[in-house]
Order: sequence, then structure tokens, then C-alpha cells
Amino acid sequence: MQRIEQLPIYDSLRQGSAALEELTEIFQYKDLVIQLVRRDILTRYKRSVLGVAWTMLNPLGTMLVLSIAFSKAFGIQQEGYAAYVLSGLIAWTFFAQTTNAATSHLVWGGSLLRRIYVPRTVFAVSAVGTGLVNLLLSIVPLLIVSLITGISIKPTLLLLPIPIIFLTFFALGIGLIVSSIAVYFADAAEMYQIVLTAWMYLTPIIYPESILDQRYLVWIIRLNPMYHLVKLFRTPVYDGVVPGLSQFLIAAIISLTVLIAGWLVFTKKADEFAYRV
Amino acid sequence: MSLHIASEEARLEARSLEETAAGQDQSVIRLENVSVRYRVPSGGIATFKEFMIRRLQGKVEYHSVLALDKVNLTIQRGEIFGLIGNNGAGKSTLLKVVARVLRPTEGRVWVRGRVAPLLEFGAGFHPELTGRENIFLNGTLLGYSHKQMEARFDQIVDFAELWDFIDAPLRTYSSGMWARLGFAVATDVQPDILIVDEVLAVGDEGFQRKGMARIKDFQEKGVTILFVSHNMQVIEAMCQRVAWLDHGTLQTLGPAAGTINLYRQSQSI
Repeated sequence: MQRIEQLPIYDSLRQGSAALEELTEIFQYKDLVIQLVRRDILTRYKRSVLGVAWTMLNPLGTMLVLSIAFSKAFGIQQEGYAAYVLSGLIAWTFFAQTTNAATSHLVWGGSLLRRIYVPRTVFAVSAVGTGLVNLLLSIVPLLIVSLITGISIKPTLLLLPIPIIFLTFFALGIGLIVSSIAVYFADAAEMYQIVLTAWMYLTPIIYPESILDQRYLVWIIRLNPMYHLVKLFRTPVYDGVVPGLSQFLIAAIISLTVLIAGWLVFTKKADEFAYRV
Repeated sequence: MSLHIASEEARLEARSLEETAAGQDQSVIRLENVSVRYRVPSGGIATFKEFMIRRLQGKVEYHSVLALDKVNLTIQRGEIFGLIGNNGAGKSTLLKVVARVLRPTEGRVWVRGRVAPLLEFGAGFHPELTGRENIFLNGTLLGYSHKQMEARFDQIVDFAELWDFIDAPLRTYSSGMWARLGFAVATDVQPDILIVDEVLAVGDEGFQRKGMARIKDFQEKGVTILFVSHNMQVIEAMCQRVAWLDHGTLQTLGPAAGTINLYRQSQSI
């Protein structure tokens, strides 16, 4: 048994910045983040025949339906349309899945949060971790579809980690904000689904930018952060060119702002979660 | 400016407190005028839609619930300390402020050492994962690293007596097996302060004895134990001092038998 003087002390009066403390705590609990990601991935595939292949087949299936519908029914003529849809869809799916999972995980963790101390951001951070694994897996079918539809793969592909990092920041920020609202109101998660659907159609993912009226496009660009993030992800894969510096800057500013805002809101409210969830 | 001075004072006070603690006394948990107040919207608003509508109408009113009201208590190292009271008396809230799950609204909570709660039945487990995977998940939830859990793995499975099932998914376990696994993970490392909240009633009789023996063993080694139960016999048998909470206030604090008697009398009226 340790000597009494050596034991760590917790004093409720000594409280620094909640946001900074949470940052050091989440780092100390990094093994828990890994375990939660592992759990999500294992439990998703354990009882399915196709296993991890689902992660690749899921966006492929959606893409197939959309590209047939859009190119045949609406007559959209765009070179390598399937690859265009898929690249946008992968970025969007990452965002939608991650922000949803952050919310449901926090509610799942409710019974734990009432009992033991864990950094409260752990659920959102691990949701992002799971999303990243799925995102990386779905890049494989994207490359295959690109080759089939005649979009050549350029070395600009190596730039992908940058948009992925920005997407991660943005998704974590939004995930934290939505989940802190969902703790208080049972229907917030459902309302968020509606918001997500509308948001997806306001982002050029399944339709090319060119079908938009110039007036609408300006508004989408001004107000929709996902427009910039999806575009930054798509440019090096689909267009095969290096995005402009301003594109990088805009994405960086948006995602960092949202992440910091989300982190501050969440950590400020986190002390109340124990009697809400 | 005034804020700055206040925090400076708190810091100085904190230091003097630590010095006395390191000097003579062996207290490990100290609650000083601890109050916990929840702010709840009246009428139980559960949905965002409802909240926004009422908000727009200006009809959102809050009332506050005082879950703990100026509670003062000090617990010494190595004590088995009991908490009794009716449902909603504030027992769980008290455990929460000690386990740093909740921050007190007013007053001060001071805890020396690592607090380990025994989780309620099945919390933190996933039915689709195997026993092995769940040990790692549960261990990291309790704040251990993966490496630490690897070192302890064999010991945990030994204690839980689950070697035959360790690679089977948890959904195939009986409730007694769940409880054994949970208990084994949570108590494998000797904590400084152990919170036992109505959990020993699970598992078969043989394992209950084993669990009790481990808790007794902890106590002999100087672990402080916070014990919550509605079973007065268990409380009386296990605890030295008992606190009776009612509506968030501390009614009586003293030797087990006397406090339990007072509580029983209040119940029979």
C-alpha cells in the first residue's frame, strides 16, 4: 500500500479550464478510444457473412443506384459520373455516420457516465475513429470505380490526408454540438436526421455543380461548410489536380472554428451530463 | 479582479489543507458544505420541439432540485462507511461527487487516492464481444491502459473462473457469469477507495462469499470502502460508521447500530 502522502488528490475547488483539462484527459484515455473503435468495428461485422466487405459494398451500392438514376433518368452527362458521386458520397457518409454515432454513443454511455469518471468527449472521439477506419476502407472501391469509369488516378491522391483531417475536425465539432443538445432533448437526434437529409441535398454530392443556377450556387458556397470540405476531398481524387491555396485555407478555417466551438460548448456542459443522460 | 483574488485564496487554502492532511490525520474523503443543485425545466420537457415552442411563448420555467444540502463529513482511511436512506435521499449523488462524476454546486469535495466504483450489473459490457474483448473494454473504461490489462488478464479470468468461456460472446453468459466478470475486472487492482452500490447481491452464493472476502481483504490492507445498501443487516455487519441521508441533508452520522435504529424508527411512523 502506498504511503498516504503519495496518493493523488482530487479537489473539486481546483478547476482550471474545462476545455484544456478534457484535452489532457482524453489523451490519457487513448486506450479506451482504441477499445471503443475496436468494439464498434467488431460488433458491426461479427454476425454478418460479408464482414468488413460491407463497408466497401455499402457506398458502392448507393453509388450504383444514384448513377443509374441520375444519368439515365435525369440525363446528366458528366465524365466518370460514378466516380464523381462516389467521391462525394464517401466524404458525406463519413460526416453523417460520425456525427450520428457521436450522439448515440453518448446516450449509450449514459449509465457509465453516472457511475464512473471517463472523459466525456471519449464517445465522440471514438465515433470519429470508427468513421475514419470506414472512410479508409471505402477508398478502395473508389479507386476501382475511378479506373473502370476512365478517371485516371493521379499522384494528387497523396494529398487526401489533408482533406480527411479537416473533415475529421469538422465532424468532431458538429458531433460534439449535436450530442450535447441530444443529452437534453430526446428528439434532437431525430431532428438532426432531417437536417442531415436537407443538408446533403444542399451539397453538390450526387449532382454536378453545373446544374445549379449561378444564384443558388453562390449561396451554397457562402453558407454551406460541407460544400468546401467535400470539394477539397474530391478535387485531388476526381479532378486529379492540386486544390488552390484558398481552398485549403477556407477548409482549415471552417473546420478548426467548428472544432473549437464544439469542444468549448461540450466541455462547458459536460459536468451536467451525469444527471441528464 | 475579484475573481482572481478568490481563486488565489482557494489555492492557498487548498495548500494549507493538504499540509494538515499530510501531517497527522488520515482522512481520505472530505465533504465541506457540499450542495448539489439540479436545474430542471418545470413540467418535464423532454423534447426539443416542445422546448422551443414553450421558449417562444416565454413559458419555460425552471425549478431547482436540491439533491444534497450542505453535507459535511470526513471519512478516514481504512473505514467501511455505510450510506443509508430512502430512494431519492441523495445517496447516489453523494457517491457521484466522490467519484468525480458530478461537480458540487457549492462547497468542496476533497478526495485522496484512486476511486474505483463497482459497476452495476452489465454496465460497460457489450453482449456481442467475447469475454476476453470485454475485459479489455471494461478495463480501459476504468482508466487502465491496454498494457496494464494485458498484465492482469490471467489473474482476472482466474478469479472469475471463466477460462472455459473466455472466447465466447457475452450474450451466451448467464447473469451470474456477467457479474463475476464485472467484479473480477473492477477489483483486480486494489483501489484506494472502493464504492460498493448494491452490487454484491448478484452471482451465486459461492461467488458472493468470494467477493465479500476480497472486500474484507481490501479493508485489512487499508482500502476505504463506501457502502450503499437497502439491506440493513449487510450494512450493520460490514460498516463501522453509517450516515443517514434524507432529502439531501445529513440526518445522523455515527456508529452503525445507532444510526440504523434511528432510521428504522423514522420509517415505522
